[in-house]
Amino acid sequence: MHIDWIWGLIGGLLIGTGGAVFLLANGKIMGASGIIGGLVDRSGLDSKWERIVFLTGVALLPALLTPFFGKVDTHITSNFWVLIAAGLLVGVGTRIANGCTSGHGVCGMSRLSIRGFVATCCYIAAGGLGVVIFRHILGVI
Amino acid sequence: MRLLFAFIAGGLFGSGLYLSGMTDTTKVQGWLDVFGNWDPTLAFVMGGAMIPMAIAWMIRARRTTAFLGTPLPPAPSTRIDSRLVIGSVMFGMGWGLAGLCPGPSVAALSYGGSGLYLFVAAMLTGMLVAPLLRERLDRAIPAE
Repeated sequence: MHIDWIWGLIGGLLIGTGGAVFLLANGKIMGASGIIGGLVDRSGLDSKWERIVFLTGVALLPALLTPFFGKVDTHITSNFWVLIAAGLLVGVGTRIANGCTSGHGVCGMSRLSIRGFVATCCYIAAGGLGVVIFRHILGVI
Repeated sequence: MRLLFAFIAGGLFGSGLYLSGMTDTTKVQGWLDVFGNWDPTLAFVMGGAMIPMAIAWMIRARRTTAFLGTPLPPAPSTRIDSRLVIGSVMFGMGWGLAGLCPGPSVAALSYGGSGLYLFVAAMLTGMLVAPLLRERLDRAIPAE
């Protein structure tokens, strides 16, 4: 438990290095919701292979590392309605706000973007409020 | 070359999400849960990620194109509009509910199981209908 933050820091550095590579080599902002959403709503089909290959890397590397570092237990809820509601909110919200934790959070705040800070404050506040309501008050998660 | 670097960037992103523990929903919810058993890991992930990224933005400022010759992203918009706030609040609610955001939901595909697939299916559906909702929102609250 107490060494979790070291892995957090190592993982964070890797995430940021990925974002740096994508920015400096490809000229793109590494925002997961934008990369996925552009494929889904067809707004980013002109760069579809770049997106598909990026996402393949995101999904494949954890699979390749699992034999060495162990399987992560996602502790994901089995509540059908919670998963559906959460997925819809994340999908719609990130596309309306034009970014998520990686785009607005990692890429936006590191370039001191005011939009990145505002978005991050909003989703952290809403997430914190969500956990209070759904865990401590309603007890569904 | 662009595809090779897209794969490297994606691989680093996925490895980081996996090693940092951010595909474990209890870590994300634990960080958001300031009234419960608070877990600081996410702050280290975010802080760690911002170090190389901030350096990259400094390098970007001195260049006109990316290393592979493509244009670099323009300066960020400074307009705070209702879309940014409403969208981020919706996203945050979903993030707190399931403990997942778009990046980790892809990184966990190989071990997340059926619950994760359900979340991803709902997320993709949300992304599909988002442009329609965005239009309605723009009509209801016109951008100045």
